[in-house]
Amino acid sequence: MATEEMEQLVRREYKDGFVTDIESDTLPPGLDEDTIAFISKKKGEPEWMLEWRLDAYHQWLKMKEPSWAHLDYPPIDYQSISYFSAPKRPEDGPQSLDEVDPKLLETYEKLGIPLHERAALAGVAVDAVFDSVSVTTTFKKELAEAGVIFCSISEAIRDYPELIKQYLGTVVPVADNYFAALNSAVFTDGSFVFVPEGVTCPMELSTYFRINAANTGQFERTLIVCESRAQVSYLEGCTAPMRDENQLHAAVVELVALDDAYIKYSTVQNWYPGDEDGKGGIYNFVTKRGDCRGARSRISWTQVETGSAITWKYPSCVLRGKDSIGEFYSVAVTNGRQQADTGTKMIHIGEGTRSYIVAKGISAGKSDQSYRGLVKIGPRAKGARNFTQCDSLLIGDKCGAHTFPYQEIGNSTATIEHEATTSKIGEDQLFYCRSRGITEEDAVSMIVNGFCKDVFQELPMEFAVEAEALLNVTLEGAVG
Amino acid sequence: MSDTQTFLDTLKTRSQQRDAEPSWIAARRQAGAARFEALGFPTRRDEEWKYTDVRSIAQGNFALADNADFSPAQAAALTLPVDAYRLTFVDGVYAPALSDVDALPESVHVLPLSKALSENHEAVGGPLGRLTGVDFSTFAALNTAFMEEGAVVRIAPGTVVDKPILLQFLSRANATPVMSHPRILVEAGGRSEATLIEHYCGDLEAANFTNVVGEFMLDRGAILNHYKLQEAPLNDMHVASMHVEQGRDTRYTSYNLNLGGALVRNDLISDLNGQGAETNFFGLFFGQGRQHVDNHTKVNHNAPLTFSNENYKGILDDRAHGVFNGKVYVKRDSQKIEGFQSNQNLLLSDRAQIDAKPELEIYADDVKCSHGTTTGQLDEEAIYALRTRGIDEATARGLLTLAFAGEVLDKVTLDAVAERVELAVAGKLPERFNLAGLVETAVALND
Repeated sequence: MATEEMEQLVRREYKDGFVTDIESDTLPPGLDEDTIAFISKKKGEPEWMLEWRLDAYHQWLKMKEPSWAHLDYPPIDYQSISYFSAPKRPEDGPQSLDEVDPKLLETYEKLGIPLHERAALAGVAVDAVFDSVSVTTTFKKELAEAGVIFCSISEAIRDYPELIKQYLGTVVPVADNYFAALNSAVFTDGSFVFVPEGVTCPMELSTYFRINAANTGQFERTLIVCESRAQVSYLEGCTAPMRDENQLHAAVVELVALDDAYIKYSTVQNWYPGDEDGKGGIYNFVTKRGDCRGARSRISWTQVETGSAITWKYPSCVLRGKDSIGEFYSVAVTNGRQQADTGTKMIHIGEGTRSYIVAKGISAGKSDQSYRGLVKIGPRAKGARNFTQCDSLLIGDKCGAHTFPYQEIGNSTATIEHEATTSKIGEDQLFYCRSRGITEEDAVSMIVNGFCKDVFQELPMEFAVEAEALLNVTLEGAVG
Repeated sequence: MSDTQTFLDTLKTRSQQRDAEPSWIAARRQAGAARFEALGFPTRRDEEWKYTDVRSIAQGNFALADNADFSPAQAAALTLPVDAYRLTFVDGVYAPALSDVDALPESVHVLPLSKALSENHEAVGGPLGRLTGVDFSTFAALNTAFMEEGAVVRIAPGTVVDKPILLQFLSRANATPVMSHPRILVEAGGRSEATLIEHYCGDLEAANFTNVVGEFMLDRGAILNHYKLQEAPLNDMHVASMHVEQGRDTRYTSYNLNLGGALVRNDLISDLNGQGAETNFFGLFFGQGRQHVDNHTKVNHNAPLTFSNENYKGILDDRAHGVFNGKVYVKRDSQKIEGFQSNQNLLLSDRAQIDAKPELEIYADDVKCSHGTTTGQLDEEAIYALRTRGIDEATARGLLTLAFAGEVLDKVTLDAVAERVELAVAGKLPERFNLAGLVETAVALND
């Protein structure tokens, strides 16, 4: 392979790196009880929510930052981060697209997310999150007719306190882990979805996240609840502008599926990974967990992770309900000096529960990637079934690919299978394509896309196209 | 911690009784004790000990054996029917009466550690502790503090040892449980070839603690087949820390067969330091009752063009708890590596438990590495297939379980060992499946 070409392409600039100049109502750096009170007040939250946050904060103070992940990064100074940043006019937010700050819309244009078009053509309701406050929500009416609630979490706390009280923090408890506790204390926005009994959400729901103001950590909180026989497909996609200092992102996503409910959660994550020395990328510490509470419920996670300097993310399923199903499909791509420690946990508690894991990792450049997964079969999970496949593809001789799968099996009727392979793109595969007149670049792209096919086909249509493009951009020239 | 204090007190008493030693040994002992005290016994909060609780060892109060009395008749019944050069240790003490190394050729040295030290302690001091040093683990440190006896094996370059070398470790039923800290040191010269068997067994009622440390150095082109047949009494505690170092074009094959012991922990590490080196790890563990068997293996591909192949199989019955943690590590720039790992577990009872963690840590791209793990139960359709051929269910299950173990036992080239394990597994099956009886019936039918 041509090394020069490879290096040249590896050194590509981040396509989505630009800064939108918007006056932010930003809190000075630092975290204490006052910061939390400020956030809570700014959000117009009731008293109980503030207490909930403070409880999380106090527990967080007692916790230690985890160090077990296969990651290497300088210590984070939590006092040097600003915990609130909202675009101007947060109180009288725009009611429709026309009212949105044209500069914001321009940003989305640059990212290739033409909001009106996309929303109209794809029939997707976009709850666009610019920094920490929801700017616009589309298709609200149509959803309301179906009885689906789709709004920002702040609105939900104000408008649906009973639902929030009932579900928030029940999947990821306040003190679940260091980053979840931090998030619980300071989360500023995120989405809330509630699909009532028997309703299939009429459209795919989508939120585009975007981190903007410098030095602002983004703490999203997403809660999705599907009542009995309800169904929803939720899409999350992210890009971020170029930055010099590391930005901390610690999101929490909670999914609750009751009897026969089905939640499909898809993510495309393309945050700024840092420059070629790994400077300035996003630190992404995410806690995502789904709770299959009801019988025959199903939760499916699909993720395409191409961005961030550091990724620490384990979308999990707690399979409580009888015959419930958990799925995890992941493609993680690291290049440059990116580090990713990602995987899933499948906790089988109920009888006849099934889980399926397909994780594909591609490491290039000087990046390091780990798959870390847990499959736990409880003593009562009779006839539980798991299949895990994790494959790594190494591109270049300076990268690393690791797998750390944990299996804890306490039931003899369980059937567990795990397979992992690590290899590089075969010379013979390349030769086969080249001999048929396909350029090396195209051949590599074909092989890599084929490698990821099992995951991509799980993505909603328009996302799948985007993901394939994203993969090509991320790996452009990493192989040559 | 008070747990460590009991051991340190025993060590102090022992040191006072001991004759003067070469200064390097005293220094190592001290380093071992200091490291042991600093580390303390691991808890389940330590990642390496996440699934294994060693409190039954830590809270034990073990004496040290001072003689090697063992009934010759019983020893003869326990010993492996293998024509071998033999060293026997009883509760860690060398038993000359039960040993036989007289016929050894000059190019092969097999001698108890005490003798090796008294003959030429400097020759032992160099290699001893180089691989499995005090930093290896708490248990290796503890062993270093207490080490007195064990086996030193030296094979001259180019020597093919004609018979296996058998190290027997017998455990007695003592009024007060004892602990032993054997050292095994093997230096295999260039292009030499040998088979080494470690065999642990003893009185059924014994409840002792064996903490063995092994170091195996394979010089260019050496071949070593290493059997570890662990049939310790069911109340024995057994911890083994083994480290192998492989030079260019060497081949090391480990057969780690675990049947006995209440609490068993094996750490096996192989460093592939020279091109063309090859490691094979074959393992079988069978647990029943409340047995706890933990196998940790690690293959370090430190040089390009090195190969590893691992296959561990576990069969767990009753409330037995099995652990498998295998790691394949490929160092940066170690290209053209092949590393394969497979772990399969069979759970025979609802309360049996297995925790498996196959790991890959890879820093080079031109590699072929894979691992696979499965856990399950016997295939109902296979049982059905046998039933349609007139085989009763218990026998069908027994046959299939043996077939499962057979994939590892097929690799065993010493028939005596394979047979012993096969019969032991068959005899331990829940159906009290009588393999020998079945074979006799089959032979009778054929006649």
